[in-house]
Amino acid sequence: MPSKYLIHPVDAPNRNAPLSKSGIIAREEGCLKCPVCVKTKCVYNVYKDRKLDPIKMVDSLDYNCKNCFRCIQSCPKQLIHKSFHQEFEQMGQYPFTSEVIAQIWQQATTGKVPVSGAGYHGPFSGPGFDSMWTDMSEIVRPTRDGIHGREYISTAVDLGDKPDHLSFHEISQGKDHPLVTIPLPILFRLPAVGGIGSNTLKGWGAAARYLGTLISLSKAHLWMVSPKVVQNTIIELDSSHDLMNFQDPLGIEISSELNWEDLYSSAKEIYPHKLIILRVPLKNGFVEVIKRAYEYGIRLIHVQASFEGSFFDSGLHIKDGIRKVHLSLLDMGVRDQVTVLASGGIALAEHVAKAIICGADAVFVDTALQVALECRLCRRCELEIGCPADIQSASPLWVARRSINLMSAWHNQLLEILGAMGIRDIRRLRGETGRAMLFEELERETFRGLNKIREGEEIELS
Amino acid sequence: MSSVSGITPVITPSRFRNPISKYTFYRSKDCIACGRCAQVCKYGVHKIQRKTVRTVLPQYCVGKDCPNPCHKECPKGALHIEINPDFTALGDLRWTPDLIVSTWFMAETGEPPKGGLEYKVGDSKGGFDRLRFKFKSGIQRAVEELREDEIDLSVPLNRRDDGSFKLVMEIPFYGGGMSYGSVSINTMVSRMRAAKILGTFCSTGEGGYPEEIKPYDDHVITQVATGLFGVREETIKRVRFMEFKYAQGAKPGLGGHLLGDKVTESVARMREAVPGFPLFSPFPFHSVYSVEDHKKHVDWIKSINPKIVVAVKVSTPVDVDMVAIGSYYAGAHVVHLDGSYGGTGAAPDIAKKNIAMPIEYAVPKVHRYLVNEGVRDRITIIASGGIRTAHDAAKIIALGADGVCIGTADLVALECVRCRNCESGRGCARGIATTDPELTGLISVDWGTQRIVNMYVAWCKILKDILKKLGMKSIKELVGQKDCLVHLDHMETNYK
Repeated sequence: MPSKYLIHPVDAPNRNAPLSKSGIIAREEGCLKCPVCVKTKCVYNVYKDRKLDPIKMVDSLDYNCKNCFRCIQSCPKQLIHKSFHQEFEQMGQYPFTSEVIAQIWQQATTGKVPVSGAGYHGPFSGPGFDSMWTDMSEIVRPTRDGIHGREYISTAVDLGDKPDHLSFHEISQGKDHPLVTIPLPILFRLPAVGGIGSNTLKGWGAAARYLGTLISLSKAHLWMVSPKVVQNTIIELDSSHDLMNFQDPLGIEISSELNWEDLYSSAKEIYPHKLIILRVPLKNGFVEVIKRAYEYGIRLIHVQASFEGSFFDSGLHIKDGIRKVHLSLLDMGVRDQVTVLASGGIALAEHVAKAIICGADAVFVDTALQVALECRLCRRCELEIGCPADIQSASPLWVARRSINLMSAWHNQLLEILGAMGIRDIRRLRGETGRAMLFEELERETFRGLNKIREGEEIELS
Repeated sequence: MSSVSGITPVITPSRFRNPISKYTFYRSKDCIACGRCAQVCKYGVHKIQRKTVRTVLPQYCVGKDCPNPCHKECPKGALHIEINPDFTALGDLRWTPDLIVSTWFMAETGEPPKGGLEYKVGDSKGGFDRLRFKFKSGIQRAVEELREDEIDLSVPLNRRDDGSFKLVMEIPFYGGGMSYGSVSINTMVSRMRAAKILGTFCSTGEGGYPEEIKPYDDHVITQVATGLFGVREETIKRVRFMEFKYAQGAKPGLGGHLLGDKVTESVARMREAVPGFPLFSPFPFHSVYSVEDHKKHVDWIKSINPKIVVAVKVSTPVDVDMVAIGSYYAGAHVVHLDGSYGGTGAAPDIAKKNIAMPIEYAVPKVHRYLVNEGVRDRITIIASGGIRTAHDAAKIIALGADGVCIGTADLVALECVRCRNCESGRGCARGIATTDPELTGLISVDWGTQRIVNMYVAWCKILKDILKKLGMKSIKELVGQKDCLVHLDHMETNYK
């Protein structure tokens, strides 16, 4: 086994005060000026840490408040109250809801797995990845000394051409089977949201290099990253003119929307030792494209979903798309020779695990990288109004730390999912739908008979 | 029959001077202190004190369900009622503000809410929250005449003829494991005392057996979990009921973790560990890799205390039915299924949301399987993990459980606001899940005990009401009666 993969997070505090769900509003009118104000007794020292005079303190305390309600319930004149931040509620866009954004910010700051008490607080199930649960094992352990022990769980995956056998003939002809192992089943891709400045790109590039993963970008962006990072890049081709004169990227990505057959042939000729990926947008007929691509010799497929993680021409979710590709390749008997990458709608660590369960080898993370830099998805940048988080002014070091922290938290969360299932290698998770529980199936199995009301029966009102 | 009918609730108000009520009142300067509002309100919300009118018990207001609302009676139009903004800031989709405040109402009064609060379901848009009881209009009358104490809520825990204690819990609830260390000693003793008063049991959790709970030995479930913290032969001999914790719903397949901050001198002594260092309870039992190994475990316990009743607490994987049957064949009396949406202590969010199945799916699956195997009447199924209300309990029993295990609702009765910061700093700001001496002092054992007893007294009233409407005399009749339920999302579906 390769040596244990560790990501070392370094605290990267927010540059702006983050929005939180609710804050405190304290009125001054009617204040009794108690000698010991309840605010001074805050268990979390919220008021003290802000260095506010408790008597004069009238403004709202944003993200520091931990919602214990002690001051609200103790003020003798009932002058302290909670109130929601409308800005928080309106923030985001599915699947990056305000809660998901807040969670990403927290992970990007500390690099730690989000932990909370008092059980689960969200909806029973939901669309997309929220209609799946993952399995656990009562007695099978993945390792002898815990998921963070000396025996470890591998999250490494292989990208590239994986022939089921080698032939002497091919070897003597110098045919290569390019293959790259990355220690994390996550690759970076530039988000479609937000302007991307050179500082940001430098930061992401450095993070990708530190993590040992790849970053996919267009030729126009290549000059912005440090030369050392070039070997961790995948270049997205816009046209055949692009093919010449880049430095030395690790891979090339061709879109199936272009004349990919020609592009692939010329790319393969010029760069026989590089990974060549075909990016296929999820829409009607995508499976046929992939089948043809296989016949053509392409061994890396990138299925691309929309920002929301759905098909471009229907409401189907990316998980259905991945499943279809996986099963078609299985039917063709070639699944193990092909690497399937997926992008779009990956907002949380659990989405990575679930995409892999559906049949992907690895996923691209894009918008989440932007959100890690305090993006609120307000899309003011698209209207060329200033960015409230002023992301472009952030230093490359801070950008890199925030991205590394997010990946550190995601890596540990993947370990939690794998550990619970008793699996020691993420490659074994691929396509394991038997270790997932699907909402539709369970609903049908459990509640199918509970749909009739007979004469003389009535439903209890809630 | 049921001892709970004999318990008179004692009014036990909030510890804080400002209770959070759903409705809040504003009096303008036009108020002439005529006292009309106090006069019309039969819930005692308003009171005349020293020639002024004050709102003293806003938490008793039934809001929209009030037959003659005070604010409409006010001759000067000076009284306004509104939804309290602090109330709306409480809770979440599973524990809505309504559920939290109605649980507080029950813990204060021992009565189900009289109106204005949704105390039956939350807003999670699935599972319990979309299941409803359906009642036959005719049947109710036949049992309507029954007195409350004639309806039986007791659940036998030992259905094997193996010479072990024939334990029965008088109400279909027992207290889930919350260890000394994760919760304060006052919280722990309150729960144990309440269990004794109610004629049921409460688990120690994995953190040892503090001397303070010794008076309640007969009502203690001693937990043997993977870290074996505080497990001694002596504590196993002391009790009549023990549980093996294989996994827990909130972090299935992952171990427990008590942060260093919470490991105080006394916690460390109890757990035979060093103060200030975090304690990991590993996953899984490092001596159990098969049903045979599990049998060996049960035999070990039985060699220490031959008559002890054994529960096995497991989570809800894909093959939860196999786990249950395995537990049965290894000699367990009780299989305790802990669904994925519950838990009280700190756990990774990813685990709580994604790993293992919700209890609403697991219980019917296990029930069906054990019936088909012909052993259902020899083992007791206890369900937990996201059971918040008496209605949730009744629903899961109708889906196939015999009884339920409660954790979070007990804490809400002690005025937990579900801020979810159990793990941070000095621990719970409300004095529940903490080992900080000052914060622990926020709860007195008497107050805590009575709040928990009150809540269960109210729950039993609700359960008896449901049973009456179904024409049943015993909670045992409800087990597995799925036909009493409809699922609102499936009403439109035509299954072949």
